[in-house]
Amino acid sequence: MPKLTIEELEKLREEARKTTFIRGQGEFRAKINVHMGTCGLAAGARNILNAFLREIEKRGLTDILLTTSGCAGLCSREPMATIEIAGQAPVKYVDLTEKKAQEIFEKHILGGEIVTAYALGIGSEKTDL
Amino acid sequence: MGETKEKLYRVHLMVCAGTGCVSNRAFEIKEALEKEIKRRGLENEVKVVTTGCNGFCERGPLMVVQPGNIFYQMLTVKDIPYLVEEHLLKGRPVQKLMYQPPEEKKPVPVLSEINFFKKQVLVALRNRGLIDPEKIEDYIARDGYKALVKALTQMTPEEIIREIQISGLRGRGGAGFPTGLKWQLVRQAISPDGEKYLVCNGDEGDPGAFMDRSILEADPHSVIEGMLIGARAIGATKGFIYVRNEYPLAVKRVLIALDQAREYGLLGHDILGTGFDFDIRVVRGAGAFVCGEETALLASIEGRLGEPRPRPPYPAEKGLWGKPTCINNVETWANVPVIIDRGGKWFASIGTATSKGTKVFSLVGKINNTGLVEVPMGITLREIIYDIGGGIPGGKKFKAVQTGGPSGGCIPAELIDLPIDYESLTQAGSMMGSGGMVVMDEDTCMVDVARYFLSFTQDESCGKCTPCREGTKAMLDILTRITEGKGTEEDLILLEELAHTVKEASLCGLGKTAPNPVLTTLRYFRDEYIAHIRDKKCPAHVCRQLNVYTIDPQICLEKGHGCDVCRRNCASEAILGAKGEAHRIDQSKCIKCGVCYDVCNFGAVKVE
Repeated sequence: MPKLTIEELEKLREEARKTTFIRGQGEFRAKINVHMGTCGLAAGARNILNAFLREIEKRGLTDILLTTSGCAGLCSREPMATIEIAGQAPVKYVDLTEKKAQEIFEKHILGGEIVTAYALGIGSEKTDL
Repeated sequence: MGETKEKLYRVHLMVCAGTGCVSNRAFEIKEALEKEIKRRGLENEVKVVTTGCNGFCERGPLMVVQPGNIFYQMLTVKDIPYLVEEHLLKGRPVQKLMYQPPEEKKPVPVLSEINFFKKQVLVALRNRGLIDPEKIEDYIARDGYKALVKALTQMTPEEIIREIQISGLRGRGGAGFPTGLKWQLVRQAISPDGEKYLVCNGDEGDPGAFMDRSILEADPHSVIEGMLIGARAIGATKGFIYVRNEYPLAVKRVLIALDQAREYGLLGHDILGTGFDFDIRVVRGAGAFVCGEETALLASIEGRLGEPRPRPPYPAEKGLWGKPTCINNVETWANVPVIIDRGGKWFASIGTATSKGTKVFSLVGKINNTGLVEVPMGITLREIIYDIGGGIPGGKKFKAVQTGGPSGGCIPAELIDLPIDYESLTQAGSMMGSGGMVVMDEDTCMVDVARYFLSFTQDESCGKCTPCREGTKAMLDILTRITEGKGTEEDLILLEELAHTVKEASLCGLGKTAPNPVLTTLRYFRDEYIAHIRDKKCPAHVCRQLNVYTIDPQICLEKGHGCDVCRRNCASEAILGAKGEAHRIDQSKCIKCGVCYDVCNFGAVKVE
């Protein structure tokens, strides 16, 4: 085990944060909520969840919150996820696949641009997009 | 750095593994969780983390789900499959395992919204529930050893001491001596061979107190980092953590932490490549209460009998092996890194004019929410007992709170709005002590309480000086006499005289403070002493020798139909009457054991 220099300590801190940030009550710039009702699970919500998780991990991001919730009510369009960029209205995405999840992550969460092709609507209970 | 890269999980289950929850089988919960997570194929998504004491010990075993801060309590192994399926698989938090305040209709899911946690301010316990104490990386991720870097590279020793002085930090072990001043004295003291020592006092011996244990168990690196900064400030090269051997979990976690710190070069030679040397050794105490006194503690570290010696010279001048030594309590050390990191001014903005920062208390006794709390100085007893502590169980009346351990005093209900700081507690006849807080309700006899605490200090008196050795014994004899109904009014005068003599003439803090429970109960609850002496009655019915047990014949016959349970349980055959008849007690035979009172299901046995 090597003895640390100050720079190495700071690097270690940065690394350690990448896996422990989820415990904090800090500020998150975006929140991903994957709906995990029985319908969602049956349609493959777990894969979607893991796709988002790997995107965060791959990039070592520490300010994106990944959570789950129950059925969103639109069982025929599962798997679904709600993306909420801090300070903006939440966007619901439907009929997700792992590939779509990756695309949404890159374009919407990182790029700030809503992927309208996969979106059900903006805000809550609004479907006229 | 870790050989295998740590994976990102979507959920961390923070399972409390403080001594309280461990004794409530927290490790079985952990195993059950891991098993169930695996069975559900969630092992790549969910990780179980064991943390130090969460504080809400009353509700253990505890677990907090992160992210989300969802608080689960009183878990059993059979709850786990349902919990894993509902919350982790389907994303539906389980209401029935959440905390529901007695006065509310719905449970409170989020930890920070529970009253017990709401009013707390975490400084010494800043990492509570958020780190695995056995993983240095967890501590480092939470800004651990950041203050050390600052102290080693950006500050001179004088500047470190100045920052501690600005913070107004005072010793958390009880006496409240300004920490910065102590450091300055040790820095200025001249050592014959240049060697100076640092000691962490973790000899926590107060009945019902577990602040230091919890900090050492939950966040050992905060203490180590504090000591490193202190060592840099005063110029010490060796440090000692003196911890009770009765705290096996604390000892274990401190030893692990020391090893990890050494591996990373945070202890030992040339720390972080800055040329600074310092190392820490653990010394296990054998459980003598007096060893919490600094000179006795030093004697114990040196391998001598744990007995105090007269001061001066103070340890700052002549301590371990005659060299300047800085002794601070566990909680004091744990505060140091935050002060250096965030600045003395920030710390001084919390608290009162003379007592800055926060204080950790262990809240025990007749209180709904038993546990460990950290509150800003200046908070009132009422806030601690009712808002955080959730009040007194069974709707009973609050009578008094004993602060400062066995040598603290009892503060009566009239003073419930007393703001807590060093000065106000001393004025009320008690003291801050290390932070034990024992709550008492109307069923507590204050004479008996004084007798209990004195019997503890009398037992723990080392016997070196006469006032403490003989004085506490004489006081205990008088108190015992009073609780047996054999006291006289002259006894009270003698008791008070003895108390003042022991307080003034004893050699060390043990004797100087041992009379506090007696003096404060005499001050605030004199009428209870009088009742014991003059009327031969114990108003709280605790002192059994003074109780008179009788059976209400009407209740016995009408409600209990002369059930005979009391007669069959009476060991001294003092109960007369056959089954189906009203029973009565032969007072000449009754030994006042109270068994009849305890076994009667109909409330027919009365006590006066």
